[in-house]
Amino acid sequence: MQCPKCHANMRTYDRMGVHIEQCDGCRGVFLDYGELEAITRLETQMAVPPPPPPAAPAPGYAQPGWGAQPHYGGHYGHRKHRGLGGLFFSS
Amino acid sequence: MAALVAADAEPVVLAVRGDVVVVRVGDVVLKAHEAGTDLGALSARLRLAGDPRLGGLLLAPRAAPAVVAGRVVTAWPLGQPVPPRDPDAVPLEEAGAMLAALHRFTAADFAGPLPPSGARPRLERAVRELPRGSAAARRVLRAFATLPPLDTAATTLIHGDWHLGQLVRRDGGWRLIDVDDLGTGDPAWDLARPAALHAAGVLDPELWGRLLDAYLAAGGTGVSPHDPWAELDVPARALVVQMAARALAAAERDGTALTDEQEALIDACGRIISATGIGQRG
Repeated sequence: MQCPKCHANMRTYDRMGVHIEQCDGCRGVFLDYGELEAITRLETQMAVPPPPPPAAPAPGYAQPGWGAQPHYGGHYGHRKHRGLGGLFFSS
Repeated sequence: MAALVAADAEPVVLAVRGDVVVVRVGDVVLKAHEAGTDLGALSARLRLAGDPRLGGLLLAPRAAPAVVAGRVVTAWPLGQPVPPRDPDAVPLEEAGAMLAALHRFTAADFAGPLPPSGARPRLERAVRELPRGSAAARRVLRAFATLPPLDTAATTLIHGDWHLGQLVRRDGGWRLIDVDDLGTGDPAWDLARPAALHAAGVLDPELWGRLLDAYLAAGGTGVSPHDPWAELDVPARALVVQMAARALAAAERDGTALTDEQEALIDACGRIISATGIGQRG
């Protein structure tokens, strides 16, 4: 095909599974539908993954200064449905 | 009141708490309120519950309050309560969104003055009725002494005694019942009971987190998203004290021991005293 800019001949290259057309004259690159997305995908795969964010609990899960620490007094972890005692249901 | 219920329906007692009696007759629920209930304030609260703008949040009464044999009685449509002891069936997301929606209303949205919420008087009543003398009772009183006086300038509409027993299913959605403490107040008080139970170590942190997340996601204004305990600290301390006082009163009345959950509230009172450094004596 011909370059839409300078009308020189374009050559097809295959780079890591992505077809690109490059112009022999102006070196411009032509991408078919979906090829830009394919390149973006490749870029993401090759990028070094960022370190995982620190596992800070959401603010509400935190305890006030006087709160029970986990495993406090055996109230945690021993009852299967510890969260739904009568106190959450009555005045 | 008699005109509201079917003549042949058998009354079924749903709840008795002190001198409060709740009876179901057919599809109507009748509630005899505490002796000494302020009829004027309760009537204002029922008008709020009947306000169409609050129709998706509060169960609307069947009639205005009436005085029957010296007691204030209200009539309500029957709803289905939250099934107890099933964490998967608890509508925490809906509950959080409902509280957020309720807290969008202020006194300015309604004609006439709104009654102040009964949340603080409820706490003070529980402390007044606490049987004195035991080491546990002294701890509860010292924890109570750490609380600052009530901020009376609040204008947000709050339920005032929110817990899962205050939700019923009716007309395809959840509605809040029990408007006895409905009025203007600090919206964080509506989250205070689960916050207190979480801080006492007896409520599953995940359930608490689901409720709080839902409240904040729905735009709830009662707590700050980044530091909810800034607003929750005082009301949660208050509810620890209230629940501990009620537990001690019930144990003395019934001659029973405290449950693990109730013991955890007394322990939380001890930590409140240490953490705030107030009420160490007395």
